[in-house]
Amino acid sequence: MVGATILITPDGQDIDTRHLGFTISPHEECAVEEAVRIVESHGGTVSVLTLGPSEAVEQLRDAAATGASQLIHLKTDGREWDPITTAQAIVESVRAREAAAGPYDLILFGNEAPDSGDYQVAIRVAHLLSRDCVSGAKHIELSDARARVRREHRGGDEFFELDLPAVVSVKEGINLPRYPSLPGRMRAKKAAIDVSEPRWRAGALHKERLSVPRTTRERAELLGTGVAAVPALVELLVTLGVLG
Amino acid sequence: MSVLCLVEHDGDGVGEASLRALSFARRLAATSDEGLAALCVGEPGDQTVRILADYGVDELHPVAGSAFESFAPVAWARAVLELAAALPATAVVAAGTDRGNEVMAHAGALSGLTMVANCFEATRVDEGCVHLTRQRWAGSLIEEARLESTTALLTVAFDGVAAEPAFQPSDVRVHGFTPTLNEQDLRVQVAEFRARDAGVSLADARVVVGGGRGVGSAEGFTIIEELAGLLGGAVGVSRAVTSLGWRSHSQQVGQTGTRIAPDLYLVCGISGATQHLAGCQSAKHVVAINTDPDAPIIMRADYAVIGDLNEIIPALVNAIRARA
Repeated sequence: MVGATILITPDGQDIDTRHLGFTISPHEECAVEEAVRIVESHGGTVSVLTLGPSEAVEQLRDAAATGASQLIHLKTDGREWDPITTAQAIVESVRAREAAAGPYDLILFGNEAPDSGDYQVAIRVAHLLSRDCVSGAKHIELSDARARVRREHRGGDEFFELDLPAVVSVKEGINLPRYPSLPGRMRAKKAAIDVSEPRWRAGALHKERLSVPRTTRERAELLGTGVAAVPALVELLVTLGVLG
Repeated sequence: MSVLCLVEHDGDGVGEASLRALSFARRLAATSDEGLAALCVGEPGDQTVRILADYGVDELHPVAGSAFESFAPVAWARAVLELAAALPATAVVAAGTDRGNEVMAHAGALSGLTMVANCFEATRVDEGCVHLTRQRWAGSLIEEARLESTTALLTVAFDGVAAEPAFQPSDVRVHGFTPTLNEQDLRVQVAEFRARDAGVSLADARVVVGGGRGVGSAEGFTIIEELAGLLGGAVGVSRAVTSLGWRSHSQQVGQTGTRIAPDLYLVCGISGATQHLAGCQSAKHVVAINTDPDAPIIMRADYAVIGDLNEIIPALVNAIRARA
């Protein structure tokens, strides 16, 4: 696809990330914001967990700047983790914390990762913890140990009612994430991070290689420049059957 | 032995994404001489059965029962797994829709099986192994992989597969089936559905007029709305526009917004980031209006006008009004 040049490592196994920057991906950024908003109106604390290489610490600090107070890093050596092992590592960490401090009322996820697009870590975590789960949330309302979740379906809205504790994956659009304040960012720099190194295990899906799709596209046909192109544009809309 | 495909239908028709999933599943079944079975929830109309015959379905298993009146993802996943075990199925395929991915993820979690999303090609290598090609980074990269699993759980990349009927229609045998559920499976279900009276929906619009940062302000969208109205279409926007708070996220086109498939996508002032292009891969014709002749959208577009949309769009609106 056009729009970005992605370099692949010579062995065809990974993206060459030497010249790339990282950010929290859109759905997850909204999940962090939603957690912070819930705590602002209902009380409690926000913990943020990430599984990834040492660079992922920056994203934990971004989340801390937004308002998360507990930062948990499941540190990996950069190898890719499949959704099953990822869910297991998250559940292990959650169980250890819950044994000490009681259950998290709500565990939020981004609906799907932008890279692997697996759509399943939240659901696998929910099953392992025997909790109810809804994915694709566009609105969450909490009251009396229950969550009412709204999501979109075919030109309408579906509503689900869940008992807490529960697991919900959210989609971008559930909120508009704030820009972290300067004091927030200062605080985040000093925040303690709880680091552990879960063990990687091979899954059933064995990657053979990555490649960049070949594109046969040519540049667009130029209709003209500025308002002088309007008659050609109108003619094109007629040809395409959009204008009668 | 067969390949089982979960079909989303609304009584009389089959969703486009499910037709693509059926085409994918039929090709996979052909690589190992297996039959193609389909599962649908709710009574299929005659039209649905005819469409499934066109797509080469040998057996259709409609799931019925009061438990399936409201959508309950875990119950659907149970139905998929029970039927897959009974057939038996070597692979289960669903459309890469929100529901398809959700149900298959639950099926993966309930069974412990691996679920692979965003596939667009699958070939059986041997019993217990399928070779897969799937999209990564919303189609910016392609991954080839081997899946070692007794039952492969797969969902299909919407933009990666065309809906193609079989060479010859099949005779569909219809066998209803009632899965065994327990109470837990129905704990999460749709409690309420509210339809929105939204006019032309973005996902289904034949024409989409897109506006990006180049529109310049929230007020600048008045003329974009007007143009979309004149063309009987919907307005779509880039992620930059929703992040700036100019428009609602429900109008966002892209990987984390709505995926559109119009006949015409008229893109104004959107440079064409990968995240945006991922949402309009299925547009038949793309016409871009942009000040930058080197913007990525110009490579994606079929036609381009170079210039300031804030001059061109008002002139275009006037020209269209003058024709009426």
